[in-house]
Amino acid sequence: MSRVFLSLLAALALALPTVQSVHAGEVPKPVVKIENPGQCVAPREEMRRDHMEMLKHQRDRTMRLGERGAKVTLNGCIECHAASKTNGSVLGGKDGFCESCHAYAAVKLDCWDCHQPKANYKAASAAPTMGLKP
Amino acid sequence: MSDSKNTRRGFLAASATMAAGLGFVAVAPGIRLIEAAAAEGKTASGKVRLGLLIDTNRCAPSCNACVGACATENGIVEDVANPRQRAQWIRKIDLVENKTGRAHSLPMMCQHCANPPCVDVCPTGASFKRVDGIVLVDRHICIGCRYCMMACPYKARSFVHQPLTTQNPEVPRGLGCVEACTFCVQRVDRGLKPACVEACTSGAMTFGDLNDPDSDISKRLREASSTQVRADLKLDTGVRYQGI
Repeated sequence: MSRVFLSLLAALALALPTVQSVHAGEVPKPVVKIENPGQCVAPREEMRRDHMEMLKHQRDRTMRLGERGAKVTLNGCIECHAASKTNGSVLGGKDGFCESCHAYAAVKLDCWDCHQPKANYKAASAAPTMGLKP
Repeated sequence: MSDSKNTRRGFLAASATMAAGLGFVAVAPGIRLIEAAAAEGKTASGKVRLGLLIDTNRCAPSCNACVGACATENGIVEDVANPRQRAQWIRKIDLVENKTGRAHSLPMMCQHCANPPCVDVCPTGASFKRVDGIVLVDRHICIGCRYCMMACPYKARSFVHQPLTTQNPEVPRGLGCVEACTFCVQRVDRGLKPACVEACTSGAMTFGDLNDPDSDISKRLREASSTQVRADLKLDTGVRYQGI
């Protein structure tokens, strides 16, 4: 039994480098285009590595403490990074600023399940009838 | 030796100054001073207790202005297949006293209790009370168990049953989370009144600081009798009613 397991491991060890080398060239790097280029809140390298920590840290301060007007805001992100090509959104497949990188890195992106991904969005003012009356 | 000490001290002082200026700074690879400096924006004050007084004598049964303003401000505009699943941050209730036939109408929403049962029962800590008395749901950690909906005596909370795309940028909300009236926290933090209070043309709603004896709401509460709905539960609600 252990011999079978060992031989399986050996086969895996042999196969792994080939698998990696095959796929290394296949995934295209995301093309990052910034609609309103300029000074971000931190240097590029720092943003790439730490934007999630910055946002997570600030979201708790804003939510729990009511701190507004901070340097790091999700709405601030989309002001520059939403593209007209994607209908003013940071989502939208390979052209969406957030989505393209997250698809490349295979990191689930769920900010925009609740937050509005479109810049300058205003919900229609249609007032629904709130009530349980038929 | 003393030189290296001075250098180290100087480095730390410089780091602190940079932290004050930038909010955070890299001390060494992988080690960071995250926002050692004071908060960048103003935060909610614990000296304030926000409250709302509703004079039901001035609230017209036919008027739905507060409900519409709430929906517009908070982006509650989605089409819901099952009307029983529609989010209700504020609703109008018509009351008739059977013996006398006296009818009146009032808006009902989250009562922003000082001792909120929704916060007591929340298993993740998502349901919380801000220092200024606003009861909120932290959707980042809400798991959608709806325990708070069962605990709330006012039926103030709603559950979002479907994916949303029509959120307003300042009011994030989404599938699988519980939500309720926030006193329009995004407006209150800017020094504005909640949308329902601003939309009320009959002057039935007074919003303000219950802890400030000179605020409009405190004056009105001092002058006329008011009621807390289900005062027997001793939740110390932030929303008070007159004329019920």
